[in-house]
Amino acid sequence: MDFPAGDKLRNDPEQINQTLQLPNGLMELKMKRTATARILLVSILCCASLPNVMAQQRRETAEPAETLIRNATLLTITRGTLENSDILIRRGKIAAIGKGLKASANARVIDAAGKFVMPGIVDCHSHSMLDAINEGSLSVTSMVRTRDALNPTDVDLYRELAGGVTSLNLLHGSANAIGGLNTVVKIKYGRPVEEFIFPGAMPGIKFALGENPKRASNPNLPGVTRRYPATRMGVEEVIRDAFTRARDYKKTWDEYRAATGRREKNLIPPQRDLQLEPLVEVLEGKRYVHSHCYRADEILMLISIADEFGFKIKTFQHVLEGYKVAKEIARHGAGASIFSDFWGYKIEAYDAIPYNAAIMTRAGVVVSINSDSDERARRLNIDAAKAMRYGGLTEEQALKLITLNPAIQLGIQERVGSLEVGKDADVVIWNGHPFSVYSRVDTTFIDGDVFFDRQQDLAGRADLLKERTQLEQAEPNRPPARGGPPQAPRGRRPSNSDDDLWEGENNQP
Amino acid sequence: MKTNSKVRQTFLSVLDSITHMPAKKISLLVILLLVSLASAAAQQIGNPTTQQGVTPPRGTYVIRNARIVTVSGPDIENGSVVIRDGKIEALGTSVSVPSGAQSIDGRGLSVYPGMIDAGTSLGLVEVGQGAPGTVDTSEVGDLNPNAKAIIAVNPHSAHLAVTRVDGITSAVTMPAGGLISGQAAIINLVGTSPGEMAVVPYAALVINYPRVGNRGGDFGGGQQTGNLTETLAASVRQIEQIRKMLKDADAYGRAHDAYAKDKSLPRPNQDVMLESLVPYVRGERPVIFRADRESEMRGAIRFAEELKLKPVILGGDDAWKMATYLKEKNVPVIITGILDLPSREDDFYDTQYENAAKLQQAGVRFCISSGDGGPNVRNLPYYAGMAAAFGLSKADALKAVTLYPAQIMNVGDRLGSIEVGKMANLVVTDGDLLETRTAVRHLFIDGREVKLTSRHTDLNDAFKNRK
Repeated sequence: MDFPAGDKLRNDPEQINQTLQLPNGLMELKMKRTATARILLVSILCCASLPNVMAQQRRETAEPAETLIRNATLLTITRGTLENSDILIRRGKIAAIGKGLKASANARVIDAAGKFVMPGIVDCHSHSMLDAINEGSLSVTSMVRTRDALNPTDVDLYRELAGGVTSLNLLHGSANAIGGLNTVVKIKYGRPVEEFIFPGAMPGIKFALGENPKRASNPNLPGVTRRYPATRMGVEEVIRDAFTRARDYKKTWDEYRAATGRREKNLIPPQRDLQLEPLVEVLEGKRYVHSHCYRADEILMLISIADEFGFKIKTFQHVLEGYKVAKEIARHGAGASIFSDFWGYKIEAYDAIPYNAAIMTRAGVVVSINSDSDERARRLNIDAAKAMRYGGLTEEQALKLITLNPAIQLGIQERVGSLEVGKDADVVIWNGHPFSVYSRVDTTFIDGDVFFDRQQDLAGRADLLKERTQLEQAEPNRPPARGGPPQAPRGRRPSNSDDDLWEGENNQP
Repeated sequence: MKTNSKVRQTFLSVLDSITHMPAKKISLLVILLLVSLASAAAQQIGNPTTQQGVTPPRGTYVIRNARIVTVSGPDIENGSVVIRDGKIEALGTSVSVPSGAQSIDGRGLSVYPGMIDAGTSLGLVEVGQGAPGTVDTSEVGDLNPNAKAIIAVNPHSAHLAVTRVDGITSAVTMPAGGLISGQAAIINLVGTSPGEMAVVPYAALVINYPRVGNRGGDFGGGQQTGNLTETLAASVRQIEQIRKMLKDADAYGRAHDAYAKDKSLPRPNQDVMLESLVPYVRGERPVIFRADRESEMRGAIRFAEELKLKPVILGGDDAWKMATYLKEKNVPVIITGILDLPSREDDFYDTQYENAAKLQQAGVRFCISSGDGGPNVRNLPYYAGMAAAFGLSKADALKAVTLYPAQIMNVGDRLGSIEVGKMANLVVTDGDLLETRTAVRHLFIDGREVKLTSRHTDLNDAFKNRK
């Protein structure tokens, strides 16, 4: 359903306040966040980190419109493995795949003999570049958007590019049963944040079941109000309540529209509800549900609610016990986005097994392997290969776990996820088979432009070290005249990438 | 520490009797805790049907016609290995096979020494979050030299089978808390009791070398406390605490020695804390210092020199920056951070990946560890593989998870390579031991053939064909 004022409205909190008369508390919350974002932006502009400088320099160099990668082994995903083949990239798209391809005179030509080319890895569960992950104050925070907390200078993005990752599903954390809205991005590190947004990706929302959404109630301290829910029973109830309200809200708007259509006079438009709007989109199939979950029972619980309210779950995230209820997941038509072999870190994860990918794949579930961590994101190739070791998936099935399958789960499969003519040139050159532990990435392209190149990276290091020395000797970085050591630099953002290790309010930036 | 087998047997039986009762009590407590936690009811920790904690018997085996990757010497193509009484009895292209030996056809397969992870807490923690009854890593207080990992290793931890079926046969398991965390043990990853698992029950002292600011993250971490001078002073005070205890232990040892020689001297009292430190302050056993940053590693090495300790660095994120110094001081490093994110924003993307190669080039003794508490130790080969993708030779990557950790932990004469007389900890694979897609076909620990089943294979078997 479309709302009278477009999404633009939501970018100006003051305007929202005037038009929609939000309760003051919520308004304050929004204002505060905007202020933080401003401070953040200023600080980003003031102190661009070293790799960022490099990235910005790269932006100034004009990328050739055409690139020809020759004599490589192409792991196409959808059309098998092509030996000694070429791939031609033109104006950001894959223009041709074959043998003996010709490029125009000023094309960049890369001889990739002995090397492997695969589509860029799609990570279906990431919190990279998010300066806030959990709006954990309420159990339903469908009004908040990860889009409002993106930090395009997060250096881990560059490190992920160096692991062959090109697209990310940036999810809200798992602090609440219904969390915030996601953002799908291409890692265009060094570009303005607007260019990161993946065009046409399906909007999504994070749900969370099990321990995390009920854990916020845990520190049962005097004077602290416990947040509902505290049990899995309550988690179900929170979701049921929210969708019941969303269904009524939708009815109200549908009735209003019908009345407008009948040209009735003196109609008063219903008040907009930013919390329920995304849930109405879920009911209408316009927004994908990505639900954090671990245990078999909670997976079945959400399927049951979805069936009752008539919506589909696009992906279960983590879904550690998915293998126990693989057929039910397949029957619902949900995908599964999982860790390859991460287990045992908490009681909920004690039954996680590395055979999860194989069992669910064989049951007909579209499975992807994700990172949920800036660290693991850099080696998803190895995590995918583990699905061959545990459970014996074929190489093609295992490759799909980090390419086409996550693309399907995000509604971007027409653009990325395989090497096919007409698709976006999000392409990675590896110096060996990406499933070998001895391989590493040579070059990562997004839309035909180079965003990581090992040789360029190595060549730039001497200059960066020189720049670092200069910065260290600069006046503000010298020890203060009053003695004592120099001021400590501002630390990295707290490492709260792992929403599974979320521990209440403390971890919120 | 070497003990002859008789002494060792006696020790082990004593150890068994010590550990038996508390272990029972602990498991009872765990069960009670679990029952009381409704949320945990579905997952039974220590489910007897999914644990493989019964030590299989030693046997006589011959693996024939395999590629034998000895690690310490050249590979042997079409070779055979004879295993008897827990040891590698013979090795080569033509060996005499004892009668009654079970024969394993090794055609197309490779035999490797079992991998060793020198930086874990295997068996000391089952589930880190949500099941405190299963966590035995950190004692109360800062100085716990008498906390011994071997006492609390749970032989029936699901982590052990999960880890060993991927080719890791031994590990150093260590306590983690405070300043002096306690004593690490070298264990084989199979056994019914800690005693049966112990290769060296008291292998090293573990010290968390005081760090300025927070452990993990950048300088100052997320919560810089403002007053750096005060923070520095605090770490100096902590170092002084450790120094004092070690010096006391040295004096304690000398007092007891003197009294042993001359009973006319006043009899010194026994002290369990100081007593456990004596072999370490005398340099008889290594002291493992957890340290990642250059200043801490240098501090730890200076401290060890001053007190004549035998230092090993655990962590070593910045070791590549001070490789020359480490070489000069002949201090080995157990690298745990290869797959960690670089700790500084302006570090190059491959800083941690390259650490091992840089140490190798400088001639520093090192080995590669997962640094994991337990569940993810099985990923050890991929740590080594990543180091090899970034400059370390494949041969050295293999050594870094087999022979090098054995040598650093002073068991190079017993573990880490395939040589006659060494403990028969062997892995038979269908390919490169470090590669993800390689399958383990047979597993021997201490000359015992170990089934390739674990909690994970059991759960897989239970659910894979559910209709």
